[in-house]
Amino acid sequence: MIYAGIDIGSITAKAAFIKGNKLLGTRVIPSGYNPLNAGIKVFKGLLKKTKVLKSDITAIVSTGYGRASVDFADKAMTEIICHGAGAFFMNPEIRGIIDVGGQDSKAILLDRKGHVDNFAMNDKCAAGTGRFFEVMANALGLKLNQLGDFSLKADKPSKISSICTVFAESEVISMIAGQEKRENIIAGIHESAAARISSLSSKIGIKEPVMMTGGVAKNKGFLKALENRLGFELIMGNLPQENGAIGAAVLASRL
Amino acid sequence: MQGKPQKKIKAAKKMRDLMTTYYLEAMSAGQNNKQIAWITSGGPVEPLVAMDIIPVYPENHGAMIGSSKMGEDLCIKAEDMGYSSDLCSYARADIACSVVKGGPIGGLPRPDMLICCNNICGTVLKWYEVQARFYKVPLFILDTPFCHTGYSPEAAVYVRSQIDEYIGFLEKVTKKKFDYDKMALAGKLSLEGQLLWQKVLNTTAHRPSPMSAFDAFFFLALIVTLRGTQIPVDFYRELIDEMEQRIRDGISIIPDEQYRLLWDNLPLWYQLKWLSSEFSEHNACLVADTYTSAWCGAIKYTDENNFLDSMAQAYTRIYLNIGVDQMADQVLEMIKFYNVDGFVMHSNRSCKPYSFGQMDIMKIVRERAEVPVLMIEADMVDPRNFSKSQVETRIDAFMEIVKQRNK
Repeated sequence: MIYAGIDIGSITAKAAFIKGNKLLGTRVIPSGYNPLNAGIKVFKGLLKKTKVLKSDITAIVSTGYGRASVDFADKAMTEIICHGAGAFFMNPEIRGIIDVGGQDSKAILLDRKGHVDNFAMNDKCAAGTGRFFEVMANALGLKLNQLGDFSLKADKPSKISSICTVFAESEVISMIAGQEKRENIIAGIHESAAARISSLSSKIGIKEPVMMTGGVAKNKGFLKALENRLGFELIMGNLPQENGAIGAAVLASRL
Repeated sequence: MQGKPQKKIKAAKKMRDLMTTYYLEAMSAGQNNKQIAWITSGGPVEPLVAMDIIPVYPENHGAMIGSSKMGEDLCIKAEDMGYSSDLCSYARADIACSVVKGGPIGGLPRPDMLICCNNICGTVLKWYEVQARFYKVPLFILDTPFCHTGYSPEAAVYVRSQIDEYIGFLEKVTKKKFDYDKMALAGKLSLEGQLLWQKVLNTTAHRPSPMSAFDAFFFLALIVTLRGTQIPVDFYRELIDEMEQRIRDGISIIPDEQYRLLWDNLPLWYQLKWLSSEFSEHNACLVADTYTSAWCGAIKYTDENNFLDSMAQAYTRIYLNIGVDQMADQVLEMIKFYNVDGFVMHSNRSCKPYSFGQMDIMKIVRERAEVPVLMIEADMVDPRNFSKSQVETRIDAFMEIVKQRNK
């Protein structure tokens, strides 16, 4: 029996198939304007990639901001529960999850059975999310995936004091005008986001081991800043971006 | 537990009629040679009733503004006047409404005096000073010291002495002698009304619940505005009868009550319907809340035969004027009494004293009651501080946790 999970995020759409304890495959595409189309496209793409027939899929769970739009899913569930299930599927030792996605960031506490015990999310503010990094990369004339490597070369991280993304952007622009080193500015950006995420984690009393999920987990510079702030090492999932979709597939198997 | 199909609460119509009559009487006070006092929601209203002064509540008006979704425009108007968007949305709406005569009833009737008691917050002091200048009317401030742990003898003397000053103020403004017999009667009726209100709220301990916190938010208006008169006493008796009948008939307020929740803080007045259906879609009923029970929380300090003396303490030791530990104790008691599966906290941008200790209360509840706790960030009147999809995701995730725990 094969189960599917579809995660329609604000920036990317992800799909995952599982069979028993085995992950058959995953796929990531940009979300675009229409969440339903993104869901169909990423699902069909994964069918093709894994050579699975649609009729072989027993159940589908959708998640993410576009979860309600995926009308061919059997059930829509929140990304919080899905990230919990996904992390636990990949590594049953995990007790905490820090997920930084396109437009939200969250900290999740799991019990020993892998059930979500508590969670905290950023509220009405994009600071410390993927969007925040996109805006900053843009202001610095870099691609999103360049931020990590750049910041690792910083010698003295700049101090970004604004929490608001828009204000932080103007702060960054004035730093550029003041000819601060780009590496240091980026490291400062990472530290500012890390401070925000770490306070979400302490709000719920996060417990180790903690897995880092979400697209932003690919940014090594940010990870380093976050680990420094938290005071412990984070466990990197193999597929941080696809974790929500994997969890959705796991939950589909329990329907 | 499966209740019979939903049936509307019949008393709701009567309640609306009573509130309409109350506001019409207040609006025509001038023609009937009656005076109007604006008073804070937690203020001692019984002396006003004894003096035949009509009490009017800007906070109840604020709730009406919120429910009719007129809060945003009025808040913006106040901001145009120079008030900060961080200021309480009741205060902003009320201050703006006085100027533009807007809102669902075209503004409150002009006050002859203002009675401000700071047992609910500090904002009311400046808010009422602003209104006293605007309307050029006398203002009485009753200062109730914060009760971190208990009620000190010094506080008792201090607050009691102000009750006499309050009476002196009323005598001066009305040019009438204070009627202590009428005061005793108002006191008796006030206590009786509070006891009956408590009984109304207690009916939701039954499973399935015959009404929800959303109904309590509505029926609350009488104990707030007409406390000390016969009206809430009669009305709540009828309401209790109806609730008891619903319990006997197995009529529940939501079709299939499976989960019971406790709510903290003021409601989101402009999203009551959405919020209520958001929970009932998960077969969850908000059976109780810390807000509406605040109007019967100080009964134990009230002496029926000596209301005037005891009200100093009763009005000082209300829910918002006590320490976080005591607030948490009350929440824990409610979790037990109403047998709830989860606790939903509204971190209310407007109401600082209500929202300030919430993180601590959340921790205490999680540790001692072992029920999941959700915190949502919004505002009671200003919808600009509310994001539907964000709150929806949090409620859905929270309900997934509640369901998982009850499996």
